[in-house]
Amino acid sequence: MTSPRFKNNNRSLFVLLLAFILAGCASTATEPVDESVEPPSEMGDRAPQPIAPPQEFEAFDPDLNPYVPGTTRLLPRTFYFEFDRAVVGPDDLASLEMHATVLRNNRDRSVVIEGHCDERGTREYNLALGERRADAIRSYLTSAGVSPRQIETVSYGEERPEDPGNGEASWARNRRAVLIYR
Amino acid sequence: MSIPSVSGGVRRRITRTLSILLLTVLLLTVHAGAALAASLDTIIIDAGYDKQTSIAIVPFSQGPEFDGLQPLSEIVEFDLARSGQFAPMNRDNMLSLPSRQQDVFFRDWRVLGVEYLVIGRTAIDSDGRLRVDYHLFDVFNEREMFVDTLSTSRSKWRDAAHRVSDRVFEAVTGIQGAFSTRILYVLAQNVATPSEQFSLQMADSDGQRAETLFSSTEPLLSASWAPDGKSVVYVSFETGKQAIVLQNLETGSRQLITNFSGINGSPVLSPDGRRLAMVLSKDGNPEIYVMDLADRALRRVTRHHAIDTEPSWTSDGRHLIFTSDRGGRPQIYKVELSSNFVDRLTFEGTYNASATLLPDGEHLVYVHRRDGIDHIAWQDLARDDVRVLTQTALDESPSVAPNGTMLIYATQVEGRGILAVVSIDGRVKYRLPSSAGDVREPAWSPFIETL
Repeated sequence: MTSPRFKNNNRSLFVLLLAFILAGCASTATEPVDESVEPPSEMGDRAPQPIAPPQEFEAFDPDLNPYVPGTTRLLPRTFYFEFDRAVVGPDDLASLEMHATVLRNNRDRSVVIEGHCDERGTREYNLALGERRADAIRSYLTSAGVSPRQIETVSYGEERPEDPGNGEASWARNRRAVLIYR
Repeated sequence: MSIPSVSGGVRRRITRTLSILLLTVLLLTVHAGAALAASLDTIIIDAGYDKQTSIAIVPFSQGPEFDGLQPLSEIVEFDLARSGQFAPMNRDNMLSLPSRQQDVFFRDWRVLGVEYLVIGRTAIDSDGRLRVDYHLFDVFNEREMFVDTLSTSRSKWRDAAHRVSDRVFEAVTGIQGAFSTRILYVLAQNVATPSEQFSLQMADSDGQRAETLFSSTEPLLSASWAPDGKSVVYVSFETGKQAIVLQNLETGSRQLITNFSGINGSPVLSPDGRRLAMVLSKDGNPEIYVMDLADRALRRVTRHHAIDTEPSWTSDGRHLIFTSDRGGRPQIYKVELSSNFVDRLTFEGTYNASATLLPDGEHLVYVHRRDGIDHIAWQDLARDDVRVLTQTALDESPSVAPNGTMLIYATQVEGRGILAVVSIDGRVKYRLPSSAGDVREPAWSPFIETL
């Protein structure tokens, strides 16, 4: 296994915690749990709460990615999935609701949702699974009032891993949907 | 209809081809049998059979004009060895090195236990072409099985050698040889870095003479052959979205077939080459379609809210085999195109995908998950007998040689994507790693004319 490459430490902690929780919740134990993972003590703190945006805060950073409304913290744009599943995790709903708010308040902005898979399974089946993941995010956003015209989806299947390593820790990082703002 | 960025791709291809040609000339003048930098290595892992046919391939007499070319007998020897059915004799153990029939003494070979003997000689004809004369002998019966003459150019030297292998293989086993075939595969370099690069490669069946057909910074996948072997079809993300592209191997020209929103995947040409099966999700869900290439008319074949993907044709062109999770988990199904009647083919295990029929139409090979690990499996359709052929993990993309004796697939060894070949009975195995990067998604060509 190659060493994991994290974009930042917060995310690594978040992913490991999420992997831990998902593995722990799975009814059929299909994925080995990494024993070295820390207990999920900070999940409550990390889940962003919707706040009405005061006018003095910018909605987007210089790269045009959205802030958590009313703050200068970037809104998480990557959402992770369980193995072979395309169901949005309950802990992601608050962040997605904020993405919906941002897109509803900025009808000139649009988003491409990329769907990705880990390397297990066939490549074409994974293209379909990646599309299901992107569609799951899209469904949430449109049901929250975002115009379908503001959303495009593209599935990369297993072709664009975030982490090229083998093993559950890498795979967990690769089973994801990513929101790219335009 | 062509994609704007395609002409750039063609230019890139031409420059690349030129550089490969230059490189070829350089290597050929420098070192005998030198392969292109990106060619695949071939490493025999398991030569399989208990009772291999003993064969002696006597080094062909070769004049100094042939310097720089790998000895033909070596290429033939390696072909027959990796088939697993032959045990070629080491030349150091040969008692004589005949190149003409009158110099063959059968008892010299019989005492060594040799069953078949190949001898030959090479010459330059007055028109500059290379000539190969060779014989196959049945040692025990002391008879010549055939004599053959090939005329070839320097650039097709390896093709001539594979032709010799094909004829010898067929004469002894009764099965058409598939050494004169090619493989397509995707080479991925610098994966998950900003300089990520994908290229569609074509190499000889022994991994040699790899050449780049197209390259992109965006993913390429699901390449397959036209039944005449003259063009290939694949999925390209070069525009940032999926598109199906048909590329002519002789001219290098590329044609955009589909770029609907969503998935444009799994393109496979029908046995008559007139129709293209594919997966499109333009109507909201991955479904299988068939396009008539003459008028580009699309016909939707599946109608189900599940994932339907990975079509492959039956040899009569009247059915498609495909993967669907309509039963909750991915399994293999068969649909009759005239009636859209669907029949399930696999029942063992929770993940069966990417199926293809053997040329006999009675056996299926596919990706089969067992204890959470993906292997390649073989199934007798009449008896529902399932056998796992491979023991590695993350095995995928099985593609069968046109004579049905071997299949090539993708796997990983030490975290690296490599190609591997296994005989249909699982006994013979060899690997084709690339020093240039991760290789994946092999597709074995049909029988093609190479000389």
